Amino acid sequence: MYTIEVKNLYKNYYSDKSGKFAGIGKKPNTEDDSNSVPLQGLGAGISFDVNRGEIFGIIGPDGAGKTTLFRILTTLILAESGTATIDGFDVVKDYKEIRKRVGYMPGRFSLYQDLTVEENLEFFATVFNTTIEENYELIKDIYVQIEPFKKRRAGKLSGGMKQKLALSCALIHKPSVLFLDEPTTGVDPVSRKEFWGMLQKLREQGITILVSTPYMDEASLCDRIALIQNGQFLKIDTPQYIVSQFADVLWAAKSDTMHKLLEDLRKDEQVKSSFAFGDSIHITSPLNPPEGDLNSLSIDKLTKYLTKIGHKNVEIKEIEPTIEDCFMNLSQTK
Amino acid sequence: MDTVIKVENLTKRFGNFTAVDNISFEVKRGEIFGFLGANGAGKTTAMRMLCGLSIPTEGKGTVAGYDIFKQPELIKKSIGYMSQKFSMYEDLKVWENLELFGGIYGMNDKVIKQKTDELMIKLNFEDERDKLVKSLPLGFKQKLAFSVSIFHQPQVVFLDEPTGGVDPITRRRFWEMIYDATAQGITVFVTTHYMDEAEYCDRVSIMVDGRIEALDSPDNLKKQFNAKNMDEVFQQLARKAKRVDN
Repeated sequence: MYTIEVKNLYKNYYSDKSGKFAGIGKKPNTEDDSNSVPLQGLGAGISFDVNRGEIFGIIGPDGAGKTTLFRILTTLILAESGTATIDGFDVVKDYKEIRKRVGYMPGRFSLYQDLTVEENLEFFATVFNTTIEENYELIKDIYVQIEPFKKRRAGKLSGGMKQKLALSCALIHKPSVLFLDEPTTGVDPVSRKEFWGMLQKLREQGITILVSTPYMDEASLCDRIALIQNGQFLKIDTPQYIVSQFADVLWAAKSDTMHKLLEDLRKDEQVKSSFAFGDSIHITSPLNPPEGDLNSLSIDKLTKYLTKIGHKNVEIKEIEPTIEDCFMNLSQTK
Repeated sequence: MDTVIKVENLTKRFGNFTAVDNISFEVKRGEIFGFLGANGAGKTTAMRMLCGLSIPTEGKGTVAGYDIFKQPELIKKSIGYMSQKFSMYEDLKVWENLELFGGIYGMNDKVIKQKTDELMIKLNFEDERDKLVKSLPLGFKQKLAFSVSIFHQPQVVFLDEPTGGVDPITRRRFWEMIYDATAQGITVFVTTHYMDEAEYCDRVSIMVDGRIEALDSPDNLKKQFNAKNMDEVFQQLARKAKRVDN
């Protein structure tokens, strides 16, 4: 049995007024999207499973449907079609059972601002019919960092401390599954790293974690990931496998004039895509050019060409894609 | 090259707490200046002083040629501002937002009309002109929000985490718009948590506990800290923070 089992889940917030689709699954046919299949009433849904003890990442931008999915799985809203179970319990029929066994940290800080750190924790423990002492072991590593401030009101905490308190509150009833909706959004790189360290430790204690994030670099810290855009999964697999399946050739290019380099690469018809990536520009070109295509691109040819049109210190090399490269590549072909 | 932002020994205290501690730096016209730091390092407080929204406790400084103590209102007129949180009025149409912001910045109707036309063509937005902002996809909104922030041709635009949460392609297209703006002579002052974006800046400062601990071009910072990318530079510096703020 999977810890989380999702089959064909669909929910749309299509609004006639704004003409905008949001939610998860394949959107109904609308004028602005000629690719979508005409649907009557219900769209095609999304499916995935999460194993016990896994950190499963839902990776994608704002508006991709991450929060909708989390709300359905935590029994806060109903899907229009499809089914989902947590620990074998149905999200609709057995919602009470599910609420007892999941911990949920919503994207927006949702603790009681006027209660102190300690009061918040005690409140959540009481609601779940337990005490801080009973499960202290589980939250200890995280809670000790904010314990010196336990008399401070939650509303007066800094962002990083709020995050730690919210995680402690989500854990205090020893949930079997933890749902973390964008726990690191807007958090600086150092604190993000630290937060992921805490998640690894929780996994070692057997807790299954479903976590969403817009930061692609966090994907490699998950056991498996689903890349999501516009309510649909572009890919579900281990980060390593997704990287190994990159469909094109990927190069990193540099020259002394980076912005002009980007413009020139965009003009080159054999370059499929080119985007800035930190201190270089990542270029993709098709892996298998048409048979007998003598014009097909090579590092050597491109270097010569760029030098000829005035670039200095051109440097191009083949590189391993990152998850961000994969996401961009998949979202362009979709 | 002239200077658009110049601050010396700028300090802001709230009671006993020194949020911004004696910072000094200059930003040249047309430069993309990255303003980095961990949460709680004092970035927002510093930025509020530069935007004329908060009077410093000590130090001196000018933005767009105006004094940050004596002329905050003139500063506000000469700068643009955009953050991910506050962008535009969702219940107004695209053109209505432009008219509103143009009007607030004192542009006359004729200029607003003409610049709106130009902008719609440039962004390929002619079909969206009469749509409510809330109906636009996130990527469109963001482009528009940036265009609104520089609609009145400010000398400098402050971008506060402008790319948070958007997809990787839109994020990169956004930076291409930033480059276009600097080509028009607009200076860009930007904060971000994406360290790859730090590489796109001409110069980067990194704040730790209210002070600027490093300031140089990304290449020089990487050399100085013997790091292979800006993330490593940032991690090295931000880990030194002593403030109990994370």
